[in-house]
Amino acid sequence: MSTHRAILLIEDNEDDVFLMKRALTGARIGNPLFVAEDGQEGVDYLGGAGKFGDRSRYPLPGLVFLDLKLPFMSGHDVLAWIRGRKELDTLVVIVLTASNENQDVVRCYELGANSYVVKPTGPDELGDLAKAFKSYWLEYNQFTDA
Amino acid sequence: MTTTSRALLLIEDNEDDVFLMKRALKGARVCNPLYVVEDGQEAVNYLAGEGKFLDRSVYPLPAVVFLDLKLPLMSGHDVLAWIRRQKDLDSMVVIVLTSSNEASDLSRCYALGANSYVVKPPTPDQLEELATAFKWYWLEYNEFQDEKS
Repeated sequence: MSTHRAILLIEDNEDDVFLMKRALTGARIGNPLFVAEDGQEGVDYLGGAGKFGDRSRYPLPGLVFLDLKLPFMSGHDVLAWIRGRKELDTLVVIVLTASNENQDVVRCYELGANSYVVKPTGPDELGDLAKAFKSYWLEYNQFTDA
Repeated sequence: MTTTSRALLLIEDNEDDVFLMKRALKGARVCNPLYVVEDGQEAVNYLAGEGKFLDRSVYPLPAVVFLDLKLPLMSGHDVLAWIRRQKDLDSMVVIVLTSSNEASDLSRCYALGANSYVVKPPTPDQLEELATAFKWYWLEYNEFQDEKS
């Protein structure tokens, strides 16, 4: 099981960050979790810009949860940026958004999202998603070495 | 919302593995219609809707493909590269399911656009556990493109 690879949550809503942290903890997901609060910070983190250049403190994640509605740079643009970087080819990107518009779904897959999930409405449902996520992605999916 | 109606396509030449996967999906109560093609060329024909696969009421476009890598006629890598060149198949989820845990295969499959990469579990019980996890995440939570009519 992939317990050591970092997870990066790109999410500007602090309530959603709090709830996601609680859901992941509740599902006993022990992977180190990092948070970027807008699209530009997400790109800075992944690109190792500024303070994020210290990979011992800010490790390159194996997986990103990406919100779509973000300040400064949209989730779509972050995704397009990621898929334009050869060295991030193997980064798993799960779009986690309030939008269930078919056009968002289609666009995210076109841009190279690995998976697209609509944010569950309540904390308990988010906890269930975190467990399902763990059972598939952390138990079975193969990630490249950090 | 559970996705139960969308088709799954298994691209696998080993008939024992086909049998075991069918059993595992059934054991996990995955009710989606499952189609099987036995080599890479037939997979491309199915997905392109060529020959007998033209009739989408009989051979629907799948929402998820399970793709073996070692395939006759056309490798899994080549099938994956072909899929990702087809604009209308951008939203199809491709899960590589292989016995290879070589880092080079893993990197190459992600670079080619695989959604996920899973090493075939060694026992039938473990394969059923994988099928259960697949169902729970992908069929309960993942959003697929609306079915094209």
